[in-house]
Amino acid sequence: MSDVELQLRDVRGPSALGGGWRRALELLYLIAVTEFKRNYLGTALGYLWSLARPLLLFAVLLAVFTQAFDLGDRVTHYPMLLLFNIVLFSFFQEATTQAVSSIVSQESVVRKTQFPRLVIPLAVVLTSLFNLAVNLAVVLVFVLVAGIEPTWTWLLFPLVVVLLIVLTTAVATILSALYPRFRDTAIIWGVAATALFYATPVLYPVDIVSTRLRELISLNPLTPLFELARKWVIDPHAPGPAAAAGGSARLLVPAAVFVAVCALAVWVFGREAPRIAEEL
Amino acid sequence: MARGHDTPVVIEARGVEKTFRIPQHRVDTLKERALHPFARGQYRELRALNGISFDVHRGEFFGIVGRNGSGKSTLLKIMSSIYRADAGRIRMAGRLAPFIELGVGFNPELTSRENVVLNGVMMGLGRRDAQRRLDAVLDFAELREFADLKLKNYSSGMMVRLAFAVMVEADADIMLVDEVLAVGDAAFAQKCMDVFREKRRAGRTLVLVTHDMATVQGICDRAMLVHDGDLRYAGDPEEAALRYYRLNFGGPNGGGGAGGVPDVNVRVVDAHLENARGERVENVEQGEPIGIHVLFEARHELVSPVFGFHFLNADGVPVFGFNRSLEGGDDRVAAGGRVRIAGTLENPLLPGRYFVSCMVSRNRTQGDLALHVIRLLEFVVYGTRPGPGSVTVRTDVVARGA
Repeated sequence: MSDVELQLRDVRGPSALGGGWRRALELLYLIAVTEFKRNYLGTALGYLWSLARPLLLFAVLLAVFTQAFDLGDRVTHYPMLLLFNIVLFSFFQEATTQAVSSIVSQESVVRKTQFPRLVIPLAVVLTSLFNLAVNLAVVLVFVLVAGIEPTWTWLLFPLVVVLLIVLTTAVATILSALYPRFRDTAIIWGVAATALFYATPVLYPVDIVSTRLRELISLNPLTPLFELARKWVIDPHAPGPAAAAGGSARLLVPAAVFVAVCALAVWVFGREAPRIAEEL
Repeated sequence: MARGHDTPVVIEARGVEKTFRIPQHRVDTLKERALHPFARGQYRELRALNGISFDVHRGEFFGIVGRNGSGKSTLLKIMSSIYRADAGRIRMAGRLAPFIELGVGFNPELTSRENVVLNGVMMGLGRRDAQRRLDAVLDFAELREFADLKLKNYSSGMMVRLAFAVMVEADADIMLVDEVLAVGDAAFAQKCMDVFREKRRAGRTLVLVTHDMATVQGICDRAMLVHDGDLRYAGDPEEAALRYYRLNFGGPNGGGGAGGVPDVNVRVVDAHLENARGERVENVEQGEPIGIHVLFEARHELVSPVFGFHFLNADGVPVFGFNRSLEGGDDRVAAGGRVRIAGTLENPLLPGRYFVSCMVSRNRTQGDLALHVIRLLEFVVYGTRPGPGSVTVRTDVVARGA
């Protein structure tokens, strides 16, 4: 160690990204990969289960909504739309639900090391993202087998995924930061996530519900994402988010909610991060 | 050992304060928040640190001692960016090991290979660097053949070895550790000490929080006593240890003084073993008598000191021991005076690793008060006749058909 390096630097205390970007990214990647491996490569049938879950949910919902509500006749490629939506929403739900208690379950690391706090919820999102990637690959096979023609708009689909990741990350971050102080965050989010499942066009496309209900659903920032995905991948003749919401101007509301959630995430996590170790 | 002041400052703390707010009844749920929106006032303020300032120099081993709840661990956590100080400023130079306990962040479900890489990255290494150091870590821990075993299948001893190896190989400029030497058996503690001495020679800085005064006196260049969030003393480790004892044994006023704790405090000038020919030896042959030579120096006046020698096996279990008090007329050693304890003893020890420690206490009518434990020596008994236990004794026992 030369004297040149002996520059005294301020110790600033814990923060969301303490220790620098590079270290945070390396940690994020390593933790997510090992977590993914741990969940699914440990057992012989391990990964199949993670695929089976959305497929089983799909089978049940498909039976209900085609047999009981005859959505299958009213919506183009309804089974594929349903499967596709379930996979996308599962990502959001899985990541956010697991993020809630993520910081508390990493207690020893948070209390005894200088660890970038933000990495913990982000790693949960990243692990879920690996699942999403595998699930989407399976869905792609189904979609092609079902006879949906690939179009150039498929190339736009990653944009939807990126926006979905941003929103998921923001929600996951907020939840993980609030949970150490408010332990009922877990229960509230359990209910809220289910409510959101029905308030998002997963089971149904927006254009088939009543106008009043549609106005309500259109406030949800997830709605335009699912509508975009539907138009770009499953059915080019679908109305798309603007038409479904009743005019482009109406898209400003979910866009504003989207931005607000992200801003809230930055604010809440930045505020909580320095003191999280003391709350545990 | 009193170096330090001539090297540059690598840790500079100025007026560090920390107060914890402890809720009187924990408002954990939103419902309670909603029902008692103005319940914020029901916090009890716990002042953990009242403006502490100190410097640590490069290459220094710096001890922070104090009773439980004195604020010493809080201070360490602020230094390692786990807590944030309310006021004051800490500046540091050099790369810091970011964990304060061995094995933190180990995941029992992962193999040691994966854990070591993960820990390396946590220490601020790049992923490739961490991979490269993997071999060195496994070699140091002597766990190469178990590299792909999940950590949950490790024995606690293996785990500690791995954790320590990770810390050693991370090679941070500044190590902040909380009671690290309390783990493991005596042999392991000795290995830790050896490694720390090596680190010191390499110019590494160590800040150690402990309430084991033997460690402080044994390895620290300087020490600081924290009590009730205040800095009570910083400087000579012997003095810091002494004041710590006074706080502990000196009654409610913490004053010590004449009626309180005796002023026992000695420094080891020399301690070595000799063989039968009077040559200095590190290790001893089985069955050969052991010559022991120890020279103590009294830092303060010693009155009726008793020196209790303990021979411990590798697991830290005492095997045998003996006591000596001063021979001859005067029972006092003046400050700065020396005491030589030397002689030979019969060697019943079986091959293995042993330690000698010495407890200095004061002979009083009310009973002995052990004050000062010093680890003197470590040695190996070598030979070809192993056996159960730690010692052989002369036997006159026969077996015949009856």
